Amino acid sequence: MKKNAHKRQILKFAVLKNITRAALLVSLIALVSVVAFILIRGLPHINMQLLFGEYTSRSPSLLPAITGTLYIIVISILIAAPIGIGSAIYLTEYTNSKSRLIRIVRIAVETLAGIPSIVYGIFGYLVFVVALGFRYSLIGGGMTLAIMILPVIVRSTEESLLAVPLALREGSFALGSSKVRTIFSVVLPCAASGIVTSLILAIGRVISESAALLMTIGMVVNKVPENFASPGTSLALNVYYFGSHGYPEEAAATAVVLLVLVMSINILATALGKFFGKGELAHG
Amino acid sequence: MDSKFNITVRNCDLYYSEFQALKDVNMDIDEHEVTAFIGPSGCGKSTFIKTLNRMNDLIEDCRITGEIIIGEQDIYEKGTDVTMLRKNVGMVFQKPNPFPMTIYDNIAFAPRTFGIKKKAELDEVVERSLRQAGLWDEVRDRLRKNAMGLSGGQQQRLCIARALAAEPKILLMDEPTSALDPISTGKIEELMIELKKEYTIIIVTHNMQQATRISDKTAFFLLGEVIEYATTQELFSNPKDKRTESYITGRFG
Repeated sequence: MKKNAHKRQILKFAVLKNITRAALLVSLIALVSVVAFILIRGLPHINMQLLFGEYTSRSPSLLPAITGTLYIIVISILIAAPIGIGSAIYLTEYTNSKSRLIRIVRIAVETLAGIPSIVYGIFGYLVFVVALGFRYSLIGGGMTLAIMILPVIVRSTEESLLAVPLALREGSFALGSSKVRTIFSVVLPCAASGIVTSLILAIGRVISESAALLMTIGMVVNKVPENFASPGTSLALNVYYFGSHGYPEEAAATAVVLLVLVMSINILATALGKFFGKGELAHG
Repeated sequence: MDSKFNITVRNCDLYYSEFQALKDVNMDIDEHEVTAFIGPSGCGKSTFIKTLNRMNDLIEDCRITGEIIIGEQDIYEKGTDVTMLRKNVGMVFQKPNPFPMTIYDNIAFAPRTFGIKKKAELDEVVERSLRQAGLWDEVRDRLRKNAMGLSGGQQQRLCIARALAAEPKILLMDEPTSALDPISTGKIEELMIELKKEYTIIIVTHNMQQATRISDKTAFFLLGEVIEYATTQELFSNPKDKRTESYITGRFG
């Protein structure tokens, strides 16, 4: 009887192990086949003309999209970084984290981070494009994305600031430092790597976003934007455009560019986190 | 320069919201003495030492009444310059808390706060403070290295040097050796005896031998009250209060 129970136990373990292993295998196959498929379909079509050439309807180019993507990165980060970092500093350094109001603000920020991006898109369209009269423009799209990445920046900056030990703040105050000096000379430098990492990841989100731009920047794929008020397009948006307007090869090639960009950004963020994180805050 | 920095505490009560952590504390602490606060955990000794440089300002719902006068100034009076108070009354914490920056920048932190910018001046303060803390010979070749690379005992001496660089008159030490090994502890005790020539030192300690080794006066705290405050020799050899006697003979605490 006992022996049987033991055997059953072993069998159960073996079954569970193989089921989970199969699950992992399926996830890996899914991931690898996406990447492989995109690379196989896209890589052969990447060439200088596609990347940086003059746009013609016979041989389209990504130059307008690359320029547009750079514009919206700059616009959204320039707007969202100071506001987001400022909000996080206020939340961690100037408020009592246990107060009800602050808890509500935190929940609200988290909820904002989970809103579907198309909702930000329609908001951007109604407010920036229509009401404020920006028309379809990179600035309208960039501002929409700024709002979208704001909660992400607030949350991750807040986490970096909370990870700075209280003992360091006390040490600074005990030396006669003001709150401002403590924040700028002790807290922020300690949290810098985390904040930079979160900004890089935010850039990754800006690059990947398409829905929020669909209704705000105009998707003008054939003209390099002149300035931030011009309409334009982005790499992610171009995948959609090419795919739905009879350029499947170009769509795949653009997807490769996008994939490589986002992967490099994630690697950069991880590397920076590791580089700065070495022993800096080794003590509790 | 010639203003005095003796401490006078009168009828000091302190509350953490409803809880009374200090009850009617009265105490006079002279300059250039080492005063030790002893007592079981939660007796109010750490709370009391923090009132002397107003570190309890950082704690929400902390209320204090009575008078704490340093020199001429009631430090809880409206309009007290807390920055200057903390410059004059330095503090070393239980756990070493060097900033994750270079050794040099750690020491130069307070001087820079108070507007010293010239490199020559800073160099001088850094060397003097590190010498005073007995750390100069160990770190002179790596002033530009991160302070987190020092050992625990070195880190604590760095924190003492960092406090001294602000040129305080009074040095508060909240269990400064409780996280250190015996050798580092010995070094810091020697240092305190050396430092009392120039500074008034107040130390919270759980270690009664430490109190007898280094302090001139000792205060015994229990449940937020000062039970007995006398010269160290008297308190340990001839305690007036039964409770002091039971504590120092190890019957509780």
